[in-house]
Amino acid sequence: MSVPLPIFIAVPLVAAFVLPVFGRKGKDAATILANLATISLLVLAIATIGQSAVYEVGKWSIPLGINLVLDGLSSLLLLIVSVVSAASMLFSARYMEQYTAKSKYLSLFMLMVAGMNGLVLSGDIFNLFVFLEIASLASYALVGFGCEHEELEASFKYMVLGSIASTFILFAIALVYGNTGALNMAYVSKAIQGSGLNASLGFALALFIVGFGLKAALVPFHAWLPDAHPSAPAPISAMLSGVLIKTLGVYALARVIFNIFGVSVSIGWLLIVLGILSMVAGAFMAIGQWDLKRLMAYSSISQIGYVVLGIGLGGLIIATGGNVAWASLAILGGLFHLVNHAVFKSLLFLTSGSVEMSTGTRQLKELGGLVTKMPVTRATCTIASASIVGIPPFSGFWSKLILVWAAIQAGFYWIAAIIVFISLCTLIMYLKVQRYVFLGELPENLQHIKESKGTMIIAMVFLACLCVLMGLLVIVPSLKANILEPAVKVLTDGLLYSANLIGT
Amino acid sequence: MPYALCFLLFMVGLYCTVVKKNIVKIVIGLAIMEYAVNLFLIMLGYRTGGTAPIIDKTYLEPGTGQIAASFVNSAVDPLPQALVLTAIVIALGSLALMVSMCIRIYEKYGTLDITQIRRLKG
Repeated sequence: MSVPLPIFIAVPLVAAFVLPVFGRKGKDAATILANLATISLLVLAIATIGQSAVYEVGKWSIPLGINLVLDGLSSLLLLIVSVVSAASMLFSARYMEQYTAKSKYLSLFMLMVAGMNGLVLSGDIFNLFVFLEIASLASYALVGFGCEHEELEASFKYMVLGSIASTFILFAIALVYGNTGALNMAYVSKAIQGSGLNASLGFALALFIVGFGLKAALVPFHAWLPDAHPSAPAPISAMLSGVLIKTLGVYALARVIFNIFGVSVSIGWLLIVLGILSMVAGAFMAIGQWDLKRLMAYSSISQIGYVVLGIGLGGLIIATGGNVAWASLAILGGLFHLVNHAVFKSLLFLTSGSVEMSTGTRQLKELGGLVTKMPVTRATCTIASASIVGIPPFSGFWSKLILVWAAIQAGFYWIAAIIVFISLCTLIMYLKVQRYVFLGELPENLQHIKESKGTMIIAMVFLACLCVLMGLLVIVPSLKANILEPAVKVLTDGLLYSANLIGT
Repeated sequence: MPYALCFLLFMVGLYCTVVKKNIVKIVIGLAIMEYAVNLFLIMLGYRTGGTAPIIDKTYLEPGTGQIAASFVNSAVDPLPQALVLTAIVIALGSLALMVSMCIRIYEKYGTLDITQIRRLKG
């Protein structure tokens, strides 16, 4: 069955505008409706696995109108967005009861989902910018949703840096349009292949890298993330760290570099350097944190470095004319780590929300001994930690193994060494979480706390099951061939993107 | 030359955003950056002495119904204008959000000075 592509944008967008109507009295109905919307999006995303399609909006043929393109990479990202948003929405159903204006929250949440779905499906570079702004604006508002001192400050900081990034991206789009006379990605790519990279296109590429790098929080541009992600309500932290920085940052960066401009040796090295900087700096700063969510936010920077490193390594191997098999292996590692990180980091943020809701604090030094009080939270948090560290049966192990293997095969032994070393640092920070939150003495004032209930538990257990089972994505050949390999092929094919879409 | 001035405007906005301490001035700087990019987009499609890209009877070749070459050579490019309209609407939304955030920050902190709004660190 082929799914009409605009439905991925229409369902959340309609939900976003209907939900505020319910107001305060109908918030239970609004919650049920929002959950139905995210779950139906998940079903639709599963139905699109392995398909590719092009949809022309308003029946305008391609160079004139906007088109939506579903290929391997888009469908992988759609799937992750739907999984994480379904789990976060389920978690919010109970968690957001402590905030006022729940239906406004649900509406902003759906708006963010609409922006991300639109961004990954868009085949038009300006349309991509519009959806990027929809998702960003919703996320600025959601970060400041609590309206307390810290939230407002974090939100403002995020908004200033995010707006600078958006302006850079718009400027780059203007330069690209001025040079190629096209906005459709396939036509832009064809024009760039015809004319080569001149100075102003090079400047546009630099602006794209800075803009999307800011959105992805790669290390020289990461300053907003450790403030913004902890300040948001827990399900939103899960969405931001889990999928927003990946769709707005990594996906858009990979799409622009690989499919529009084409990889070169210098761009490959640039991505590798950005990736390694993020991995090392993020991990070192995370170890020193005493705030649970802040620690996780720094660890997000570190883990996003793995993804960019994998993609950059693949790009470098392609650009130097190396063995395509190793290039695809490196990109497979990067993309698989992206999927894994989306699941285990959103789970970690949900467990942190569960801890914060029960105890009222997220300072590691004030917590302790929750293992008896909150067994389910503890179990899911341990699974997610084991997964992010890379302990064998869990998902994180497989993606790190693939990355190390690809680096060794391509001859970059030092990169493999760094990957293993940063895994060790990750182990230290999550041992710290386990030690200070769940083990040790139970403080006096936390004697009467209760385990979270209802939908919060369901959401956490759902993601924990995925953490355990996701290794199957690379072990079972049919799953690998349907979900991950088409996405890898989109990137290794590179500039063939335009030829596939519009013919030569 | 106009492009250089446009880039200068962009840099003025970026300077204002990065250097100024008052959060309202930071918002103004962001708005200036946004306007510089919009101006750049408009200039991409502009032609000195061009006409509006609207076809009326005088631009049709007599008899054939084809568009005259003179129209194609003189009309400005309408697409950047459509893009700028979209970009202005987006900028308006983000400006409104930013200003309302400034109001909330002023209510909570009692100041607009960014150096005193520092509860988050580490």
